[in-house]
Amino acid sequence: MSELVCIVCPRGCALQVEREGDTFRVTGNSCKRGEAFAISEQTAPMRTLCTTVRTAFPGVPVLPVRVSAEIPKGQIFPVMEAIRAVTVDRPVDFGGVILKDVLGLGVDVIAASGLLRPADG
Amino acid sequence: MRTYDVTVIGGGPAGLAAALSARENGAKTLLIEREARLGGILKQCIHDGFGLVRFQEKLTGPEYAQRFIDQVERGGIGVSTLTFVTRLERTQTGFAVTVVNRDGVETIQTKTLVLATGCRERTAKQVSIHGTRPAGVFTAGTAQHFTNLLGQLPTKRCVILGSGDIGLIMARRLTLEGAKVLGVYETKPTPSGLTRNIHQCLRDFDIPLYLSHTVTRVLGQDRLTAVEVSQVDGDMRPIPGTQELVACDGLILSVGLIPENELAQSLGAELDPKTKGPVCDGQLMTSVDGVFSCGNALHVNDLVDYVSESGELAGRGAARYAPAPRREVAIRTSPALLCAVPQRLDLNRDNSKTPLYFRSREVLDRCALRLRVDGREVFSKRYPFLRPPEMERLDVDFTRFGLDENSQIELDIEVMDHE
Repeated sequence: MSELVCIVCPRGCALQVEREGDTFRVTGNSCKRGEAFAISEQTAPMRTLCTTVRTAFPGVPVLPVRVSAEIPKGQIFPVMEAIRAVTVDRPVDFGGVILKDVLGLGVDVIAASGLLRPADG
Repeated sequence: MRTYDVTVIGGGPAGLAAALSARENGAKTLLIEREARLGGILKQCIHDGFGLVRFQEKLTGPEYAQRFIDQVERGGIGVSTLTFVTRLERTQTGFAVTVVNRDGVETIQTKTLVLATGCRERTAKQVSIHGTRPAGVFTAGTAQHFTNLLGQLPTKRCVILGSGDIGLIMARRLTLEGAKVLGVYETKPTPSGLTRNIHQCLRDFDIPLYLSHTVTRVLGQDRLTAVEVSQVDGDMRPIPGTQELVACDGLILSVGLIPENELAQSLGAELDPKTKGPVCDGQLMTSVDGVFSCGNALHVNDLVDYVSESGELAGRGAARYAPAPRREVAIRTSPALLCAVPQRLDLNRDNSKTPLYFRSREVLDRCALRLRVDGREVFSKRYPFLRPPEMERLDVDFTRFGLDENSQIELDIEVMDHE
């Protein structure tokens, strides 16, 4: 049996996961999302990634970005490397794609800030 | 002279919510912010997890703030950025707010005030670290500002003192940017930050957490070269002989936040020594008539969702305020609680759905919050666990308890018997 803490929400439930053949028995969770998290931690742990990307705009040295969906935990540093290679040189609004399908993970790196929001019109 | 019904000081999440709520309640509203952009500290909180309670979504700080900023910018609210409040004075009809900005000095008239001035980080001087004064000692928020807004990495190899949430978030953030975080040292025997942050910020990146440890000295002339860490005893005093030197070029402090209430105090608002924010009633009005408090100026929150909620409550209270005599009763807390808000109720106001926020003093399993009036239990709520870093929130209908000015209201936490 392994024990872990759920990171899905601030509640931080203490979870116990027991492997029963091909399935898992999860206890300690307060919701369905906790169960899904516990199982994913045993099979393919996923994480979100929030960071910044360099820009060419003097007033905005870096722009906050995030991945559009969770990525495998082991891909965090490779994705960081991919983001480091980019310089944003045009206006982009919230959700604007900075890196499409980063490293072929099926997930985009998107702007999480309005700092470089295009002017109206 | 500009005149307003409600003037909100501070354009962070509390002030944004307060201004929106004041306007919705029909008040002519002004929002004053000292920085160039609205959003407060959320501008540099680029990690996600904001808004889970309010929007059922995991947003980054800038994304969460923008939802409110967009509404504020839709019109109907006066917004003065790059504007600093230098003085508040009472007048016959309300308050005179003196501000300085690029246009010079101006005095604004307002009927009521909402103080949404946030909090400040405790600094190295406030935790008595000995040694030299080298560069490289930062509060976690300063390190966050450098990293996330200026794009400058403030350290390559650092120690973090204190396990508050911002310190944990920065441990992960600096690691992602290529810095080596040697460890997080916490004086207390339990972590100060949210449990999930211990896991997703430290465990995920193999960053060690040393409980019952502190930094006892900093070394270095121009730049920090090392810190001395020591174990501490049960009274949090360093144990002689346990010192160890850790070579590093950065010391990041995450040792607590203190509500910023200089303006509130200038008006004579009574502060609660437990929360370090103003003593408030169920409408979040301070001891000064017409002055309301919200967000981290009221008490330090761990979730922005509750910051926004308190802003809405204070904004509504300020918009609806009409001078009236108070009929007050105190809500006392037993030693099992670290703090609770509100600290009192005005029986002349509506207390039928009062949000009550509290923290336990210790980590407790299987316990119950008990509300007693004149020694008799009138309300209780069970919790599987309570942890001081995690503030609890519930709605209480205080009108059901037959309260008057002489009622003794007490909040207590009882650990349930183990079967």
